[in-house]
Amino acid sequence: MKNLIMIAFRNLFRNKRRTILTSSLITFGVVLVIVFGGLAISFKSQMVGTLTNTAMGDLQIHRKGYVESIDNLPLSLTLSGTELANIEKTLNNIFEISAYSPRIKFGAMISNYAQTSNIRMSAVYPKMENRTVTEFVKRIKGNITDPDQFIKPGEILVPENLMKGLSLKIGDEIVLVATNKDGSVNAVTLHVAAMTENIFGPSGKDGYMHIDDAQSLLRENEPEIVEIAIHLKQYDQLNKVYAQLKKSVSATKAQIEVHTWEQLSPFASIARIVDLLILVVKFILISIVLVSILNIMTMSVYERISEIGTIAAIGTPPRRILSLFLIEGFAMGLLSTLAGILIGLGTLWIMNITKIDFTFGTMNVSLAPSIPAGEVIIVAVIVMVVSLFAGFQPAYKASKMEPVDALGHN
Amino acid sequence: MDLIQLENLTKVYQTGDIPVQALKMINLEIQKKSFVSFIGPSGSGKSTLLNLIGCLDKPTEGKVLINNVDVGMFDRTESAAFRGKTIGFVFQNFNLIPVLTVYENVEYPLLMLDHLPSKERNDRVSRLLEKVGMTDQKKKYPNQISGGQKQRVAVARALVTNPQIVLADEPTANLDHATAFKVINIMHEMTNEFGTTFIFSTHDPKIVGEAEVIYTLEDGAIISSEIKKVDTK
Repeated sequence: MKNLIMIAFRNLFRNKRRTILTSSLITFGVVLVIVFGGLAISFKSQMVGTLTNTAMGDLQIHRKGYVESIDNLPLSLTLSGTELANIEKTLNNIFEISAYSPRIKFGAMISNYAQTSNIRMSAVYPKMENRTVTEFVKRIKGNITDPDQFIKPGEILVPENLMKGLSLKIGDEIVLVATNKDGSVNAVTLHVAAMTENIFGPSGKDGYMHIDDAQSLLRENEPEIVEIAIHLKQYDQLNKVYAQLKKSVSATKAQIEVHTWEQLSPFASIARIVDLLILVVKFILISIVLVSILNIMTMSVYERISEIGTIAAIGTPPRRILSLFLIEGFAMGLLSTLAGILIGLGTLWIMNITKIDFTFGTMNVSLAPSIPAGEVIIVAVIVMVVSLFAGFQPAYKASKMEPVDALGHN
Repeated sequence: MDLIQLENLTKVYQTGDIPVQALKMINLEIQKKSFVSFIGPSGSGKSTLLNLIGCLDKPTEGKVLINNVDVGMFDRTESAAFRGKTIGFVFQNFNLIPVLTVYENVEYPLLMLDHLPSKERNDRVSRLLEKVGMTDQKKKYPNQISGGQKQRVAVARALVTNPQIVLADEPTANLDHATAFKVINIMHEMTNEFGTTFIFSTHDPKIVGEAEVIYTLEDGAIISSEIKKVDTK
């Protein structure tokens, strides 16, 4: 085998210019996948991180049917005290979960005594919320001294566009009017503690208040939780925890649903498009490798028919001839991949040093692209496998040549 | 004892719809350690005969028996293994592998034999390179040596596996007379030294004179044979 490899490598460099040109094409494909993959994966993970760490959490639990009518923010689909206790027990027993935050979500009217507008309220326990959506406090514009107490009873966080629309300032008093699940209307007076910024620009109408105030406003004896947001220690545990939670929930036969952020956010479509683009680039790479190796190996076989006859005549078994040409194709793929990986990772390293800054919505995104080792290995394996596959037909043809015919070829 | 026996050997090629009879009912025996030449004009069937003896092709009818084994029954892999162990080849165009050095070209057939220790490989290659006077050129590539030197390397390559038979199809056709004689003399010396049976084809009357057994072919049939000397010791 060592000798076959030696001969295969030497054969590759018989026609240096052709080999280098073909290798460059494959190398370019590998660089394209690594650099594009690095940028796309970094963009996606930063966006997903922002989304899950500032608003949604990684997973959410609701009463069954809530998500279908989420736009109406129904207060009739809440978790009972027993259900909440059971869920909390389950969540506390899952190691991968770092925090969770129960929320009451409802629609309300906000008034500055002169003007009125509608608002979507999230009533939270600030400490639990801060541990669950760890980046949320960065979206608050105001004087927050303790992130675990970003909202206190008697206070409200108003979104940016409502602050402007209602001409509100921090410290102003507002009235919040809401209808509870029995149809009873109630109002509460709150002070504006700070302004919240929407990650996708000044379009949101999401306000925050303490859960105790919501309980009072909605005339609930106990907080009737609508949603539980969950934060994981490691994002890559998402599917595992999701499956575990679903199993636990179905075991209790409770009317409860678990959703990942992907099932709830439209950004998941963008994330899927990013994944699709990476896949398309990989297909381009496969095409490049397939055509390049098939082309060069076919040329190589046709140029060396007489030589194939010679090695067959002097006792080279057909399977060794097959191996020789397979190794040549594989070696070309291997060398090109190594070069591509080096250049690709080098390019990502330079991008990391220089940083790529841009704004997405109101987010200042600073991309520091990197690519997981697994992705690099996948790219390498793709090229290797496709190289072998592409080299097989010419190699098989070479191994099937009759020595007497091949020797007579000029 | 006969090393090679050809029994009613016939080969017909199909050129389009037209059958071309390249060999017609050839019967002959070749003894061990003989130095045999097939002569005849172009198209007389010399190369076809060598191809059949060398297990490179299969007869249409008849048998090629080498050591009493019908080599026409071998499949492709068995043929390759048999050739690797029993037969060496010297070609008109030398057919050295261009990416291998002189040393590596001679070593190549040994690499196709399983389980041969590297020391033994090295000993055999070095000895043969010395015999053909190519030791000094062993690190050169085929494009760095002359035609005569290439054919000496080819002879060394053909002998390196200690084959019983070496087949040479027009081995001197691309060489000048002086070089051709040198190559034939080397082949002759090797026959005497290693006990190999050398069979070559040629149409050069001066070279033919070097052979001990001469068969003349015409239109696919042997029309005469001449035995000058056969040493079967």
